[in-house]
Amino acid sequence: MADFMNLFIRAAFVENLALAFFLGMCTFLAISKRVETAIGLGLAVVVVQIITVPINHLIYALLLRKGALAWAGLPDVDLSFLGLVSYIGVIAALVQILEMTLDKYFPKLYNALGIFLPLITVNCAILGGTLFMVERHYSLGESMVFGLGSGFGWALALVGLAGIREKLKYSDVPVGLQGLGITFIIVGLMSLSFMGFSGIRL
Amino acid sequence: MSDARKVLIDPLVDNNPVTLQVLGICSALAVTTSLLPALLMCVALTSVTALSTATISSIRNHIPNNIRIIVHMTIIASFVIVVDQLLRAYAFETSKQLSVFVGLIITNCIVLGRAEAFAMKNGVVLSFIDGLGNGLGYSAILILVAIVRELFGAGSLLGYPILPLVSNGGWYEANGLMLLPPSAFFIIGLLIWGIRGWKRKQAEHPDYRIHEVHRTEVL
Amino acid sequence: MSDDDTTTPKRSRDSISNTLIVAISISLVCSILVASAAILLKPRQLQNEEEYRQRIILDVAGLYEPGGDIAALYSSIEESSTELASGEQAPVYLVMDGERLEQVILPIEGAGLWAMMYGFLAVENDGNTVRGLRFYAHGETPGLGDQIDKPAWRAQWQGKKLFAPGGAPQITIVKGSAADDSNYEIDGLAGATLTARGVTNLVHHWISDQGYGPYLKELNDNE
Repeated sequence: MADFMNLFIRAAFVENLALAFFLGMCTFLAISKRVETAIGLGLAVVVVQIITVPINHLIYALLLRKGALAWAGLPDVDLSFLGLVSYIGVIAALVQILEMTLDKYFPKLYNALGIFLPLITVNCAILGGTLFMVERHYSLGESMVFGLGSGFGWALALVGLAGIREKLKYSDVPVGLQGLGITFIIVGLMSLSFMGFSGIRL
Repeated sequence: MSDARKVLIDPLVDNNPVTLQVLGICSALAVTTSLLPALLMCVALTSVTALSTATISSIRNHIPNNIRIIVHMTIIASFVIVVDQLLRAYAFETSKQLSVFVGLIITNCIVLGRAEAFAMKNGVVLSFIDGLGNGLGYSAILILVAIVRELFGAGSLLGYPILPLVSNGGWYEANGLMLLPPSAFFIIGLLIWGIRGWKRKQAEHPDYRIHEVHRTEVL
Repeated sequence: MSDDDTTTPKRSRDSISNTLIVAISISLVCSILVASAAILLKPRQLQNEEEYRQRIILDVAGLYEPGGDIAALYSSIEESSTELASGEQAPVYLVMDGERLEQVILPIEGAGLWAMMYGFLAVENDGNTVRGLRFYAHGETPGLGDQIDKPAWRAQWQGKKLFAPGGAPQITIVKGSAADDSNYEIDGLAGATLTARGVTNLVHHWISDQGYGPYLKELNDNE
């Protein structure tokens, strides 16, 4: 249990996908103007992450990895080069399903998210989470915790940035830095502060 | 021909994917600790973008709308896998450093962004050039950032020592911040400032301007 | 998209049959492309991995010459294996000087601050004196933790003893500077306490009875 807590804290804070690894930056920088939209998108990312990482783990462990197909009588086959295509397929399919579910059962949320829902498919943080899971050989339980933690961390960073940008609306930012430029510098400072989390062990 | 030239040159500064379109940021920041992996990343991304936009453009009239995105992703993913395999065969050590980030070219917004915005509406040759141009624009930013980070962070370029480090008996005290991720953000932020100082058109306008007070009264 | 649109190309583009045809042909073409690349390049990739591994082992053994013929230099190394406490077979590399065993190279790994660290430990034929230590894969902080990969720090390991006279693992990375006359202490790394701790822990694990401990003790006895 302590291991899982440790993994969650690491995934959410120390190895924050947005501020330590810079994944999902495009959406991160573009959607961070208002706190409400940030919360909505963050939530969607958490849901997608918590489902895709374990599923992709199963695909990797049972189908693609070297020796994974032993249960089918093909112990020497190594299909890991098909990894990238499979993971993206799973993510795209899941986002599509999520879109249809939200449209049918939670129309308000669906409308609030609008175009950002399909944009989650190409959010590098989602694919990145899966690729890290593969690289670090997580188990199924660890994949679930990692999915939850990493999604939560990304969402937290996004909402934090949105909060800061809202406060900055009344500041006197130089013309050349207005908008994108100052956002980069803010994110740089945020990421510096998140480095303070490194080395925390529970 | 001037059409092609415009398509090629625009993304370098006027419509740069990183500093204006806000695309391709993720990998732009992470692989720029030193120049060599950054260069390899640039080559990988430029080739994938050019090849996939050209391919998608060639079948653009046949792709059904309801599987459009998946078709794009499949084509892009396949090219990325091929490039990854090539890197592992011919540039092994650097491919180890790039690891996760080559795979992330698939979700690099530049590739899908240009496929959707340009390749679906233009011919094969022009799409190829557009992919090339955006790849070059991305590469320009990456190379600039990587040069600053490696030079001031490790005193070297491409591994060759330029500023002798104190730890090697020289005089240059390496700037540790340059080796850490946040420095990339600061460098790009300052780059954007510089570019928008040069090209005033790109500057954004603030949402609110504090109303100027013209009177000062002693109340 | 309105159904009144009668331009044939658009209608047949979105039809079920066209969707199926496009989906299947794209999948086919892409899989062939990807699979061919993977299969054709695999021999070269395996060769690269092999050469890389050999180069690291030679480097730890102190035998590596830049630009030298890796295969020729590697011919003095015999690959063997030993059984660990868990029952697993772990590879060991014996550096031979003719018929005589000169040193053994042991693959070691453990958790660092950010990611797993993988390396090799070179031990003299007395099973106790360190010849060298090198991590070929790690994710430690550049400028801080990655000092473990710099020649200056690595050089300290040469000549240190792994075990105390009683047989317990004694080699340690201390905080601050190691005592000048100590056989067991290595200088700590400023700002990289956790990385250093990770190294100490993993070295201890691998020279203990769970790791190569029994193998090293055997070497010691035979010396």
